[in-house]
Amino acid sequence: MHVEKIMNQNVITLGPSDSIEKAHQLLVNHKIRHIPIVNEDYCVIGIVSDRDIRDASPSILTNGPEKEVLGKEISTIMSSPVITAHPLDFVEEVARIFYDREIACLPVVSNEKLVGVITEKDLLYTLIQLTGTHVQGSHIEVKVPHRPGILPEVASVFGNRGVNISSVLVYPFNNDPDYKILVFRVQTMNPLPIIRDLRDAGYELMWPNNIPEPRL
Amino acid sequence: MNKNIKFIFDHSLLNYRFNDEHPFNQKRVILTKELLKESGQLTEDQIIPPRVASDDEIALIHDLAYIRAVKSANRMAQEDLIKFGIGTEDTPVFSNMHEAAAQIVGATLSAVEAVMIDGAQGAVNFAGGLHHGFKQKASGFCIYNDAAIAIKYIRKKFDLKVLYVDTDAHHGDGVQWAFYDDPKVCTFSIHETGRYLFPGTGNVNERGIKEGHGFSFNLPIDAFTQDESYISIYENALREIADFFQPDVIITQNGADSHFYDPLTHLSGSMAIYEKIPEVALEISKLYCDGKWIALGGGGYDIWRVVPRAWAQVWNVMKDEHPLHGDLPATWTLKWQKEAPVTLPLTWHDPVEEIPVIPRKIEIEEKNNGTLMNLLKYTNKKSGSTRIGM
Repeated sequence: MHVEKIMNQNVITLGPSDSIEKAHQLLVNHKIRHIPIVNEDYCVIGIVSDRDIRDASPSILTNGPEKEVLGKEISTIMSSPVITAHPLDFVEEVARIFYDREIACLPVVSNEKLVGVITEKDLLYTLIQLTGTHVQGSHIEVKVPHRPGILPEVASVFGNRGVNISSVLVYPFNNDPDYKILVFRVQTMNPLPIIRDLRDAGYELMWPNNIPEPRL
Repeated sequence: MNKNIKFIFDHSLLNYRFNDEHPFNQKRVILTKELLKESGQLTEDQIIPPRVASDDEIALIHDLAYIRAVKSANRMAQEDLIKFGIGTEDTPVFSNMHEAAAQIVGATLSAVEAVMIDGAQGAVNFAGGLHHGFKQKASGFCIYNDAAIAIKYIRKKFDLKVLYVDTDAHHGDGVQWAFYDDPKVCTFSIHETGRYLFPGTGNVNERGIKEGHGFSFNLPIDAFTQDESYISIYENALREIADFFQPDVIITQNGADSHFYDPLTHLSGSMAIYEKIPEVALEISKLYCDGKWIALGGGGYDIWRVVPRAWAQVWNVMKDEHPLHGDLPATWTLKWQKEAPVTLPLTWHDPVEEIPVIPRKIEIEEKNNGTLMNLLKYTNKKSGSTRIGM
């Protein structure tokens, strides 16, 4: 999946000479945590986070002349240079960047101009879609040997029963490289025939796992 | 004591049958009715036949395009039906689908009218409670959502505040979404967590939107939850929610699939929960609703050992304020044992030796208690201290 599919295109930005105070208001009013700073050509020249603003703000315990700092230009506290993404980057790459660089927002840049932002929250939403838990379904986990052709073998059981699969995830099985766990979300309230077929075909089910006793 | 309560029944309610292999089997209603008759709990004058629901009434919840599709399902192409959720493994097409589904809606409306118009104190329609029906989609064995239609009907015609209590093991999603923004309808669903089980929703943080925020309650409980934990959190939650909402009428969806025998779910309740569930519903109806209580059926896939006893206890509690104990009438067991593929129970309770031992019991209870606290955190200042002893 490409970044352009999930990025937010209505980006709230500031110019470098806008005040810290203004940035603070934008963060509060729009319930956002990051503001890209752009020049007159809409090139990204910096980014500020809610944490940058908080660090720059005077302590709530004082009410002295420090208040003036909020009138300073945002360019004095923005982070620069900025790590950016391209609309055709993969969401997996963005996840990697978020994890490695410990950040939570990337401006998306195309032809040197800002075209969108992607945040940690957008990424988590996409993850929810990938798990299929946003649509009605039942959950089945199958432990399988890690070998070519196993996925279509297992998946054919669902197809033969005319049951739609809304998502498939492949997990490692503990630290054993010889096995994988296949997690299916299937669009049925009655997974019993499928469970029976899977068992008859010799697959080991991690769920349903028949605690406390065999039920089928 | 002769309470005026009504049992909606007619053989036409059994026409709601997808196919012979399908787990949703309305024979349950006959088994329940006969069990009650043999127990001397149900008399002919308490049974009333259902009326028919009009298209306009069904359209209180469902789109006209969807109703048209249900009506002509036999003549429509598979690919045109699928967007309505019809023709799937869960809700395959059967003949006279519309008539059968509309009859169930009519039966639930008859139960509503018995209480709201004819002055009955309670009424049951065990053929109803099809809580997965959506505005424009069938799902999870449900075509028309009779429970949601009944609530909308009560709202429109009588303008009363409705508390909907759903104890089916599956989340009551169709009813929840139908009233998600409505502060006059409070929905409470206790169900097995959606991590594994259909439909997957019903998380504790689904609390409603807009004006309806705070009026949807979900108590997802862990797989293998047993009686003690189930009963304690159900009682606590329902009393607190009713106190917060102050309902005028209560509708219960009495799905009977949280039992350890149920083949489709993973909860481990015994018959004890099916005694307590109606007892607390009755208590709430007396405390806030001047006794007005409409009970519906729902899921329940062990139609021989679990559902008849569970539903009969709803009626017993509605009638006598307490469930029956001891032996089941031998005549009932004798009659149906010939047909049943399993050994029928002999008592209202489950014998202790049949109740499974769950190794993770303590952890499960702890987890469920945590979910209960989370559920009630906005409802009442009292919560956590006085009411919820744990």
